[in-house]
This record gives sequence, C-alpha cells and structure tokens, in this order.
Amino acid sequence: MKRVYVNEKWCLGCHLCEYHCAFAGTNGKDMARSLKDIKINPKIKIEEKDGVSFAVSCRHCHEPLCVKGCITGALSVSGGVITIDRNRCVNCYTCILSCPYGAISPSEDGAVQKCELCIKTSKGTPACVEGCPNGAIVFEERR
Amino acid sequence: MKYVIIGNSAAGIGAVEGIRQVDKEGEITIISNEPHHTYSRPLISYLLLGKTTEEKMKYRGDEFYDRNNVNFIHATANKIKKKQVLLDNGERVDFDKLLVATGSSAFVPPFEGLASVKDKFTFMSLDDAYKLNDALASDKKVLIIGAGLIGLKCAEGILKRVAHITVLDLAPRILSSILDDDGAKVVQSHLEGKGIEFKLAGSVKVFEANTAVLNNGEKIDFDILVLAVGVRPNTALLNGIADIERGIAVNAKSQTSAPDIYAAGDCTQTLDVSSNQNKIMALLPNAYMQGECAGLNMAGGEKNFDKAIPMNAIGFFGLHVVTAGNYSGDVYAKTESNDYKRLFYSDNKLNGYILIGNVEKAGIYTSLIRERTPLDKIDFALVCEKPGLMAFTKEDRMAKLS
Repeated sequence: MKRVYVNEKWCLGCHLCEYHCAFAGTNGKDMARSLKDIKINPKIKIEEKDGVSFAVSCRHCHEPLCVKGCITGALSVSGGVITIDRNRCVNCYTCILSCPYGAISPSEDGAVQKCELCIKTSKGTPACVEGCPNGAIVFEERR
Repeated sequence: MKYVIIGNSAAGIGAVEGIRQVDKEGEITIISNEPHHTYSRPLISYLLLGKTTEEKMKYRGDEFYDRNNVNFIHATANKIKKKQVLLDNGERVDFDKLLVATGSSAFVPPFEGLASVKDKFTFMSLDDAYKLNDALASDKKVLIIGAGLIGLKCAEGILKRVAHITVLDLAPRILSSILDDDGAKVVQSHLEGKGIEFKLAGSVKVFEANTAVLNNGEKIDFDILVLAVGVRPNTALLNGIADIERGIAVNAKSQTSAPDIYAAGDCTQTLDVSSNQNKIMALLPNAYMQGECAGLNMAGGEKNFDKAIPMNAIGFFGLHVVTAGNYSGDVYAKTESNDYKRLFYSDNKLNGYILIGNVEKAGIYTSLIRERTPLDKIDFALVCEKPGLMAFTKEDRMAKLS
C-alpha cells in the first residue's frame, strides 16, 4: 500500500505540512481563513534542531504496537491504514505510551489523534504531501 | 485442527486474531465463564463514570465471532484431561491445541470480621461493576482497600456518585507498583484536591459490620467496601499438568511445559526485558500481544513474544500518568509546574521512566527500553530533554521515516 515517506534532505522546516494537515481536518475552503487565530494541533509534526528538520506522522506499521495495545479496540487496521474510532477512545493514552515514533498525540475533543492518510477527509493524496513545496513528503508504494 | 481458548478477554481475542492470520479454516472454540461479548476490562471504571456504555466497551465489534468463525461456549472450564476440556455443565470439548487465557482474580485477604460486612465488592469484571453500581448512592461512604491502579480507577469512577471516599493502603505511597515517592505525591495531591481521602501505611485489623478498625486503633465508618488489594493469576486449571511458578510458566512462543498447551495474559509470568526477571505483568497490551503470539504458534506460524516490559498509561480526572520499565540506575529528573519526569538508566540502557502531566511522545522512551537501545548510539541528553526521533542518528532516522 501507499504510505507517507519523508526525506529530511529536502525538508525546509517551513511547517506548511502541519498547516495543511490542520486545515484538512476543518472541512473549510480557505486555509488562511479556517486557521486564523487558531493554535493548530496537526497530526504530522516537524522536528527541528541545528538546521535539520523533518516531518513525523504515523508510519502505519505492519506490527502496530498502538493497535495491539489499544485497551478499547478504538484503534484498528483497515486496508493497511491505522484508523481510530473516536467514539470508543477514552483517552487512556496507552497508544501514546506504545508508539515508537511519537506519532499519536492528545487532542482537545476527548480522543487521541493520528494521521489516517486523509482517508476520512479527502480523496487520494494526503494533504501534507500535496502541500509540501519541496517534495520532502511523498506518498508512495515502497514495500 | 481444533483450537480451544479458555478466556474471552485480550489474550483470548489476540489468539483468535493470531490463529486466523495463519489458519482460516481450523475450528476455534472460546470457553468463557462470563456470558458477555468480549469487553475491555479496564473500562469498567469509565462505565460507572458514565464515560462509556456496555455497547462501546466491546473490545471487538459485534461481528467478531462470526467473521472469525468462532464457536462461543458460556461455561466454566473445570479440568483439562488428556486432550479434552471438561466443563461445569458436564460437556467435554476436544482440542488439538489449547490456550489457557484465564486471566487473574481479585485477591481478597482473610481480614478478620470481613464476613460481617454486608456491602463488599471487588472491581475486576463487568458484573462486579454492575453490582457496585447498584449499591452506589449519594449518601453512601465508601472505603476502598488498595491505592493501586484498580482501587484508584474505581475511586475516580464513583467519586461523584457517593458522599465520601477513603482509600486505605498498606504501602506508604499510592500507586506503589508504578510510581516513586515524589511522583506518588503529585498524583495523591491531585486526587486529594478532587476530594478523595487517603490513609496510607495502614491496614485493617478487624471489620465490625460498617466499621474498619485499623492497626493503629483508628476507626473508619463506611457503607460500601471495595477490595482492590491486588490480583492473583488463575492458574489452577494447569495444576499438575504444566509448570507453575508465580504464574503459569511459558516460553517466548507462549508454550507451557505441557505439549500442545499454551498460556497467555494475566495468568502467566513473562520475562521483563527491562529487568531481566520473570514477572506477572497483568497488563492488557501485553496480554493481547502474548495471546496473538500464542495463536500464531498454535496455528503453525513462527512468532516470539520476547520484548515484554511493565508499562502503564493511566489518568485520573485529566491528569495523565505514563510509566514503563523498572526504576533502577541513575536518574534524570525534571519537575516543571505540573509536569513530572523521571528517567532511570544504567549500563548504557534506559531501564524505565515516569511521566506525569506532559506525556507527549512517551513511546520514544518505551521503545528505547523495549529495544534495549545502547544510549551512546543516540543523543541521550537531547532525548532526556525532549523525546523525539531527532535524537537518533541520521541513518536511523532515514530508516524509520523512509
């Protein structure tokens, strides 16, 4: 299946992926208007230090420790994509404890959040990939 | 192939999913002494809190048994004899491969006078939760014996529905199995702020109906008693059949010492790779993974469950606590307003951690423990400060992200 891959060599550290991710979750039409005065909490997050930067989001692991460890069954794999049933999540954070990439984070609405490859919000390519101006984030079939 | 699984919780369900990855045809039977669809035990406190429902507590969807072609028997397994499980209803169930996933039970110490207490409860199962639920009322005083995970989640679940809660524990600190002294104080004061009263380093000498007389002579009056002292693995079925130490002894393939009999979950003892000791780690994530491993091996696959560590994510009234591993070695300590962090390391390895408050990216630490990552291969100073993939070498980062 296609997954999101990142290459730190091309990452500009511009954080646009984070804004596109946050915007994809709003169902809005205009990014600037939708995110105005909002402190965004994206599912993809840039790590940066000393001139190095890269984006981190869910790897959709073959052996997903978050899914196996989920105490409620809210996290599951469907067609290779790890998704969350927000209705069943109780915010216990066992997935945050389990994810070796730090790719699951708390959110404001009573359930954790993670990248679902935009399958619930758009068709085709994830917003972070579409929005990356330098090809540092790609959506490809690799293994 | 006839697979029989005794137990319908995380380990048993993991086994079904493990078996079905390899064998789509074999006959699977689950024997459960509870009549319910598989449910998440840790959610019983959320049920009393009103944050979930029995429907939402289902650990797997309604179609789970049908989709996996599982035959469900509601009965108690009394005995294993040759290649049969003998049930309390007189039936016998044949197996080729058996999984014992019988879990654990609440340990009730033989307190003097306990029989004189009318409203007493344990807090392990859905039925326990319903029984306790029926006894709750806004004018009732509750005494919970045990300031561990079960006792405190129970306290959180019922606090708003009763007049007062006192929690008593033998240990001098709360959550003594997962927190150090200072961390325990942080959580205790948070819980006290919500109105829960603690009596620590104390024990009950005798119960006299609705009064607990402590060893120091103090008396606590209560209407409802919750016994949450600890749990004991349910190992009896394998007495005289397989090796049992503190729990059922299993190898990395989840095999017991008896041929064709596997065990997984709370009833077993497992190697904790953070301390290199065999332990009973009664934890849902481990139960699932060990059960899945058992299922894969039962069906002829190859799988080892050999990276188990103690780990807990738990929250009380919005304060999150995430811990893993063991707390030996040197300590990195940082306390900042409401955030508490302790990392424990020695011999170039991270042994364990405690995070209270900010638990962001805790899994980076868990992974360092689980993988026994040599700390000189990463930027340990950076990861102490801020968990992230940045602490790994460029090569490792590329391997993880591309």
